[in-house]
Amino acid sequence: MQVIVNGKERELTGNISVSDLLDLYELEPIRAAVEINEELVPRATFSNTTIKPGDRIEIVTFVGGG
Amino acid sequence: MDTYRIGSFSFSSRLFVGTGKYVTFEQMSAALDASEAEVVTVAVRRDCLTEAGGAREDSILDHIDMDRFTILPNTAGCFNAKDAVRAARLGRELLEGQGNKGFNWVKLEVLGDRKTLLPDPIGTLEATEKLIELGFEVLVYTNDDPILAKRLKDAGAASVMPAGAPIGTGLGILNRNNIRLCLETLKDGDPDFPVIVDAGVGTASDVAVAMELGADGVLLNTGIAGANDPVRMAKAMAHAIQAGRLAYQAGRIARKPYATASSPMEGLIEATT
Repeated sequence: MQVIVNGKERELTGNISVSDLLDLYELEPIRAAVEINEELVPRATFSNTTIKPGDRIEIVTFVGGG
Repeated sequence: MDTYRIGSFSFSSRLFVGTGKYVTFEQMSAALDASEAEVVTVAVRRDCLTEAGGAREDSILDHIDMDRFTILPNTAGCFNAKDAVRAARLGRELLEGQGNKGFNWVKLEVLGDRKTLLPDPIGTLEATEKLIELGFEVLVYTNDDPILAKRLKDAGAASVMPAGAPIGTGLGILNRNNIRLCLETLKDGDPDFPVIVDAGVGTASDVAVAMELGADGVLLNTGIAGANDPVRMAKAMAHAIQAGRLAYQAGRIARKPYATASSPMEGLIEATT
């Protein structure tokens, strides 16, 4: 299925959770916060939140800022 | 100890520093250390997402001591209330993951214009109200307008943070009278309400001016990160906080149009004729 991750189209196969997606990027869940279609996905629900075709996913972290 | 409170937090350092624009994380860490700050700000941005097996970039989280500093996430770069609320919620989620005590507060910025980065007053008030509903302690960046400052306080902001000058300009405290009016309005009947001057600081004397006016603290980033020697400037800013605070507490003399001699006018030797 096609999804959009951080503004870029991406093909994902199978039944995939937010946790699985973070694994693909080797991202530790405690270092990421996730939104799907502009709704926050709480960390506690990463493993049972399933990604659906067309989802717009934002994976964010902290950077330097003022 | 000269401590003060912001929402549920208590601090003794009155300098809040940003973590942006440093050339290296090592330079940033050294400057944060030299600034004696207890609170540091960070921004929420998309992860660079390296695929499995690729080399990941270093994270800023590896270079900030989470036990020492209280992290203040910002909503920088948001141009409407909705995006600012989204950024704040993402920041809270990230900080909760890190176990940092700053997870429930946010430096709210809702900007109105890309050229000046001046705040959008309507969006700022809207986002303040929404974030308070969501249980945040909101430190809100705003114009140096005392009326808006009061509206933000009335909405429940934990601190109001008027701008000295537009972000990153280094122009200093452009309208001292407005900052003074903001302080007077916000602290009327509530002297401990914390007011932090945020943005526009160019050098140490700007920090001293803000503190002499009676601000509880100063938040800055570029003034340190953009200096030729950021670590030295961080020290200078820390000294300026102390100098300005002491001067405010000491109470300055009144401004007078004409001179008054410091040396006695009596007992002078005979004047040459």
